[in-house]
Amino acid sequence: MNGVHDLGGMHGFGPVIREPNEPVFHSEWEQRVFAMALTAMGRRVWNVDEFRRAIECMPPARYLAATYYEKWLHALESLLLEKGAVTPEELLSGHAAAPAPAKGTGPLDGGGGDVESFDSSAVKLRFDKSFKPRFKPGDRVVARNLNPKHHTRLPRYARGKRGVIRYDQGVFIFPDTHAHGQGAKPQHVYTVAFEAKELWGADHKERASVYLDCWDNYLERAAVMPAARPAIKSAGRARMAKPAAKVRAAAGRAKKGRKR
Amino acid sequence: MSEEHDHHNAPPSEPAQRVKALEQLLVEKGLVNSQALDELIDTYERRIGPRNGARVIARAWTDPEYRKRLFENAAKAIEELGFPPGPQGEHMMVVENTPRTHNMVVCTLCSCYPWSVLGLPPVWYKSTAYRARAVSDPRGLLSEFGVDVGGKEIRVWDSSSEMRYLVMPERPAGSESLSEDELAELVTRDSMIGTGLPKSAARRARETNRAAK
Repeated sequence: MNGVHDLGGMHGFGPVIREPNEPVFHSEWEQRVFAMALTAMGRRVWNVDEFRRAIECMPPARYLAATYYEKWLHALESLLLEKGAVTPEELLSGHAAAPAPAKGTGPLDGGGGDVESFDSSAVKLRFDKSFKPRFKPGDRVVARNLNPKHHTRLPRYARGKRGVIRYDQGVFIFPDTHAHGQGAKPQHVYTVAFEAKELWGADHKERASVYLDCWDNYLERAAVMPAARPAIKSAGRARMAKPAAKVRAAAGRAKKGRKR
Repeated sequence: MSEEHDHHNAPPSEPAQRVKALEQLLVEKGLVNSQALDELIDTYERRIGPRNGARVIARAWTDPEYRKRLFENAAKAIEELGFPPGPQGEHMMVVENTPRTHNMVVCTLCSCYPWSVLGLPPVWYKSTAYRARAVSDPRGLLSEFGVDVGGKEIRVWDSSSEMRYLVMPERPAGSESLSEDELAELVTRDSMIGTGLPKSAARRARETNRAAK
């Protein structure tokens, strides 16, 4: 969704203010919110993508005004309600209207054992078994111009922009569906390098780039490779699409390997 | 920012009361156990933090075999030193600063951060200002932080997936004679985010002298 959380490249937020000797938490309630949210995730009451989606759905003005753990508290309460784990009346009173369901039958039992245990497999979002990737390091790609109303991890600043695949990070659950209970839809995640001037305009000549992780669904193959041409006399001609086979052959010649 | 840090004198805030009621409810529902929450909090306040990451970097600076393993499978190599992956540390990649490249990490969409090696992120990392500017004005931001990377290429890693990135800073000149433990003292949290540089060996010596007095 084109939400207020998608902050990359925005102006007007002022300098970054750092607190010297900052404590891990600033108050006791922050500690409790953190631990409760993590426990619920560990018990698979919800997944991390649903948690992010719940935060992004805060009304924009409240999102910007809230502290970090106020956002977590909002997500915690709204997901407990959404999952039917608590009722609005229970949230207000602080007491359960009905006794806790028997183990393994209630909405709170996500299949994860005792309340004491943190099920770390609940946070494992990479698949061990792989399948053939569509891209390889060196391939030139374009981030799709997608503007979905649902949760996505493709930030606005990269949409429609050209980049180069740097790493294939393996196969991961797809957040766009996983955040909405619509399945894992596993696919490759690639780290794509986007140059500053491509993202922010020609006047950004500094040697900088953004390395952004993109799910396969976010990408398509770039039609041409302008950087591969030493001198472009006719920009119009250079932008014309090349036959796919020629592009693949050229991409194969591009640099390979996991250089760091 | 200031309202975030005024808890000490303020009366119990609205979230404090909401959270108290919520915990009571979830305990009654059998979802959480207050002691288990205490333990989780203690883990992130005391046991997991940037000292873990500093151990990893210092080992990689001194042990070429370890360094190789760290680049091949970061989460596994980090676990070797006794730091389990846990949440936000399952899928790790270490990115190396070199004389030509400076790396810096951000999460523009939320607050993704490598918990297993750095602990929980500081407020500024999660702030709108950092998330907005890190991708579009990294050099300006670094200079505000007092970090001059000269003409190096800057790579900003926007943590949009479940991959978590840890920056391996360059080993400071003049640190050749330091032991692994001493080297770990040079590695600051910010140097592993890429918004800082490691302490110099001389600064460490001054700090050690002051502490001894």
